[in-house]
Amino acid sequence: MTMSPDDSGIRQAGSSHDQWRVQLDTYLDGELPADQMRALDGHLRTCPSCAADALARVQFKRAVKTAGTRFVPSAAFRALIQKKIAAKPRRSWRFGFALAGAFALLLVAGLLTAYQQRQHLLQQQFYGEIADLHVSTLASANPVDVVSTDRHTVKPWFQGKIPFTFNLPELQGTDFTLVGGRVTYLGQVPGAHLIYQIRKHQISVFIFPEDLVNLRDSSKTTKERSFNLQTFTQEGLRYVVFGDVATDDIRKLSALLETAAKSS
Amino acid sequence: MCVSADAPQRGTFEELAMPLFSQLYNFAHWLAQNREEAEDLVQETYVKALRGFGSFQQGTNFRAWMYRILRNTFLTSRTGMKASMTVPLEDEEGPVAAVTTDAQTPEAILIDRNHQDLLQAALEELPLHQREIVLLCEVEEMSYQEIADTLSVPIGTVMSRLSRARAALRAGVQKKLQKTV
Repeated sequence: MTMSPDDSGIRQAGSSHDQWRVQLDTYLDGELPADQMRALDGHLRTCPSCAADALARVQFKRAVKTAGTRFVPSAAFRALIQKKIAAKPRRSWRFGFALAGAFALLLVAGLLTAYQQRQHLLQQQFYGEIADLHVSTLASANPVDVVSTDRHTVKPWFQGKIPFTFNLPELQGTDFTLVGGRVTYLGQVPGAHLIYQIRKHQISVFIFPEDLVNLRDSSKTTKERSFNLQTFTQEGLRYVVFGDVATDDIRKLSALLETAAKSS
Repeated sequence: MCVSADAPQRGTFEELAMPLFSQLYNFAHWLAQNREEAEDLVQETYVKALRGFGSFQQGTNFRAWMYRILRNTFLTSRTGMKASMTVPLEDEEGPVAAVTTDAQTPEAILIDRNHQDLLQAALEELPLHQREIVLLCEVEEMSYQEIADTLSVPIGTVMSRLSRARAALRAGVQKKLQKTV
């Protein structure tokens, strides 16, 4: 399209000046190559007819621009588009990690809480059953199946009746007396239930496999349903000392049992 | 004169796209010739552009990219498909006859702003492929290269099509002026 005019040819072309005029629009668009731009500039300075044509075309371009700038969007439409494309606050990868971390922490905390709640519930359930066994046994006309104050009689009695064995403490020189024992069940698991006596109070000692229930060992005596109890594990067995006696008595008997268990 | 307006190449989509809003709307209205359709067109253009902004190549012409999206969106609309079917089978790369002017040309008469409506009517009557190129050059003041990028055609086609479009516009205005006399 951008034809290179031959000056001599144009002069020969006479009054039509078509060779120049065909470039006028491109010239006015500013798209003519520099050398042709200079040549046409020179011609327009010397040719009133082409200069008038160029001026008319400039006016036409202006008129088209004015006529073409016709439609204006409404403010509401602008606001709608603005809202649609509004830049959302960028979240950096650090924010993402922090968010994921916080979420993970919450998840862990939630799981931990749920686990603790479940453990607490199981523990309460266990102690409740222990209390029931203790009370119902003492209320029974025959609380024990083997009646003996001799630990060497009671311990062998359990052989073949429960799937474990245990040691009983020597009570000589203490206020405790062994009353006897019986086989008991907790959660369909057989265990030993021993009855000790101190000053007319009876204390239950339960011995079960350790994995029966997950309890927190504590050297402190705790209270459950107004009873005192202490529990510990030894050699894969869970011992629970339970009764309405003073905490000091529970602790003493517990210590005796633990020492005996360790000596096995 | 067609001047290349280099769009800023950095910033958020909103920062780059909103300054083009009025121009895009005006162009969309000229294409669709209907306010509702123009609004739909602009809205769809912005949504598409926002979605594809990640793939926009930094350093290339953002304005041409936006206009290209708008035009393609229009061409795939019902109105656009209908309008684009009227494109004449002419040799767009071929030579264009020289256009001469004289004292009674439309250009001279259109200095009088009272005749703006004639020019607008003549613009409206141009076939789509001529109307859009006149608008891109004269109203949007795009360079030939920008127009080529927007229309996805070679620069040679831009020049020949623009020349024919101007000739058709002048002829259209002339015809309307003769009717008014």
